[in-house]
Amino acid sequence: MSARIGVVTFPGSLDDRDAIRAVELMGGEGVPLWHADLDLKGVEGVILPGGFSYGDYLRCGAIARFAPVMDEIRGFAARGGPVLGICNGFQILCESGLLPGALIRNRSLRFICRNVHLRVETTQTPVTADVLPGEVLEMPIKHGEGQFVAAEADLDRLEDDGRVVFRYCGPDGVVSDAHNPNGALRGIAGISNEAGNVVGLMPHPEHAVDPDVGPTGGQALFASLLSSVMAGAGW
Amino acid sequence: MRFAVEVLVTLKPGLADPQGKAVEGALPALGWTNVSGVRVGKHVRLEVEAGSESEARTQVEEISGRLLSNPVIEDSRILEVRGE
Repeated sequence: MSARIGVVTFPGSLDDRDAIRAVELMGGEGVPLWHADLDLKGVEGVILPGGFSYGDYLRCGAIARFAPVMDEIRGFAARGGPVLGICNGFQILCESGLLPGALIRNRSLRFICRNVHLRVETTQTPVTADVLPGEVLEMPIKHGEGQFVAAEADLDRLEDDGRVVFRYCGPDGVVSDAHNPNGALRGIAGISNEAGNVVGLMPHPEHAVDPDVGPTGGQALFASLLSSVMAGAGW
Repeated sequence: MRFAVEVLVTLKPGLADPQGKAVEGALPALGWTNVSGVRVGKHVRLEVEAGSESEARTQVEEISGRLLSNPVIEDSRILEVRGE
């Protein structure tokens, strides 16, 4: 039996198929979910994929958060089910209030599409449980609105609670402004909720699982997610 | 009765505003060297069917808080309510 991971398609999602493919490449079963679904088909983990849900109109993720499937996902997350939001999925989680902070326009005002390095800051999440703390993973970013911001007090709380999951860094793992692609406060690329079971990140692990087409930094995250689900880890 | 309501959504003070900065950066090249503090926001106009002006106002305040703005990064306020 393999881990069943649902991937939600919103109108305007782009990376849903890549996310399903990544899950299956890593040995899981990808289950397509639809934004209007009223049940999660018994999946054991949920991915909100990248793209431009509802055209990114108003604000990225602002409309998707009201999709019927989001009520189910809120309940699933509250019960400890693992939820991973990638790029637009991260934006949706922030708009939903499932994660703190917000993603605003890159400081350069430019859409950025390139590979970056991420330092894993905590292993207390389903997607980093099997990764070594401090490990450096390479994967692409492709976003115009990826600058993570939050109130200073919220940033301090994220740091104190160990909820900063990923930071942008150089290939050597050193975090510096020079390696911060979008101006994210404190170099934050990904965070988790208090319980650790809901994680959002701007970079794209689902585009970094196949050595034939680029870096493979995403493999470790999918492997962790699948093994956390199989182990029934207490998230 | 139908009311036209105008809402202004602005980034919270202190939050970096890359759009405002870009506009500000373009001004000196056009000869305006005396302008600073540029911030870019959103103007939203809605038409609401409601029994009274205060009813329309209350409803739009709720719409602004739930959908038109993200209270984490933005403030919103009603600029004008006009009976039509």
